[in-house]
Amino acid sequence: MKASGFPYVLPMLLLSVAFFATPLAVLVGFSFAGPGGATLEHYARFFGDAFNFRVLVNTARLGLETVIGTTLLGVPIALLYWHGGRNLRQVLIFLTLIPMLTSNVVRTFAWIVILGRQGPISEALVGLGLTGMPTSLLFTELGLVMAMCQIDLPLIILPLIAILSRTPVQLTEAAQVSGAGPWRIFVTVLLPLMLPGLLAGWILVFASTSSSFVTQAVIGGARNVYVPQLIYREVGTLFDWPLASAIAVVLLLSTGCLLVALTMMSRHRRLVGHA
Amino acid sequence: MRDRRENPIPVILYKAFAYGFGGLCVIYLVAPIVIALTMSFTSGQTLKYPPQGFSLRWYAALLDPVRSATEHIAAWNSLKIAGLAVLGSLIFAVPATIGMTRMKRSTAGTIEPLLLAPLVLPSLVYGLAALIVANFIGFKPSLWLTVSGHVVVFGPLMYRAASVVAQGLNPSLAEASTTMGASWFMTLRRVTLPLLMPGILAGAFLVFIQSLDNVSVSLFLADARTTVLPLRMFALIEESLDVRVAAISGILIAVTLVGLLVARRVLAPPRQA
Repeated sequence: MKASGFPYVLPMLLLSVAFFATPLAVLVGFSFAGPGGATLEHYARFFGDAFNFRVLVNTARLGLETVIGTTLLGVPIALLYWHGGRNLRQVLIFLTLIPMLTSNVVRTFAWIVILGRQGPISEALVGLGLTGMPTSLLFTELGLVMAMCQIDLPLIILPLIAILSRTPVQLTEAAQVSGAGPWRIFVTVLLPLMLPGLLAGWILVFASTSSSFVTQAVIGGARNVYVPQLIYREVGTLFDWPLASAIAVVLLLSTGCLLVALTMMSRHRRLVGHA
Repeated sequence: MRDRRENPIPVILYKAFAYGFGGLCVIYLVAPIVIALTMSFTSGQTLKYPPQGFSLRWYAALLDPVRSATEHIAAWNSLKIAGLAVLGSLIFAVPATIGMTRMKRSTAGTIEPLLLAPLVLPSLVYGLAALIVANFIGFKPSLWLTVSGHVVVFGPLMYRAASVVAQGLNPSLAEASTTMGASWFMTLRRVTLPLLMPGILAGAFLVFIQSLDNVSVSLFLADARTTVLPLRMFALIEESLDVRVAAISGILIAVTLVGLLVARRVLAPPRQA
């Protein structure tokens, strides 16, 4: 006898439809709302303003730079995990979870200390004689990317670790016995293995970076504006809700398109292998 | 392999890359946390790093009920919201987890993306959408509105954590219990829920941590009186770079560490891969 599970699922389903799907539908509707019916006016206003468009491009670039940075940092950590014994592996998982579970604002605060005029980077640059006076990387895009990379790094490490922990060591041993050097094994065996994890990580990192309100506002500063601040400004200071909705929809669509593209890539057999 | 002369240089370079560069990347990952923690013990007035001396003055300033009244209210609000968000996600997500295991695979497969969708959406966009709807109905931003937002956005975390455990369960355990004459409630209380407990605890931990840290939902749904801790920290950082932020960070890092250690103890899987 198999009892029906539907009554159990119903409350969460209703919650999801009433409190999640409906607000989103209203948001989309709101972005087309005009005095005399549906209008594209708010989108036209958004894209018509060169400043807004630059903000959108900046946000996409920030996401892309962070994706590249986290990949360059995440793959070596995954490699360390792959070569490590049981203890090293557990330590690495622990060290990845600590920053991930630590508050975003705390991590952002740490980067203010690091990037500031009195921080370690500035001290080191002065100590090495590279700059005459203390330098701050706060309010620069470089500083922001450095911070975002650390903040989002766990998001790319965890999928990689998940894949590698399921992969038998014999795979690289076989390649080694066949005469492949370590670099060759890394490029032809390990990297393709990691690809599905990388794709999953890229989605998470891009989505997280492009909507990380606090870090962008604090470390990017007033001169580097990204989409989330634009939305907040329209809502909180200018009270232009339809325009804010339109920007939110644009953010949603651009992240969504990337997500779909990456998901399709991860289903592509030739690219990802038949894992 | 043996008969060929191996060039040792690529091997050495590779080891340097995997262990040396890999290690440096791990330092990049962890150092900011260490820096925030050590910063909180500075005796100086500024965020100069390395700190000028050791003291607990910023923790004392943070605990001072007069000086840090706003921070205390914000922390209390955050704890209340996070606790209620955990409670809400228990009420909605745990039954859903149980229900899904009793459904046909195809039906469950259609419903599941709907339940998980809030995890994918930028929560800032959700905050705005919820604010617009609440405004239509005539609700003002408040603690309760914030809690409901957090349940919607973080409830799926509870669902996912619990359903990972639920999928590994043997359905005949519950069947055996009913066949032996246990009532529906008895089976739920004595068999199903205890088996699900590791997933539920992991879910509760995740929901609590995420809710405590959330800015973008609270930004839109909390009113001026219900300032939450991360928003208060945000304000402190933006306004004055108050070193008390370092002390708050220190406490939050300690809480995370303790939570993680306890979670490892309690939730450690019986078999290690």
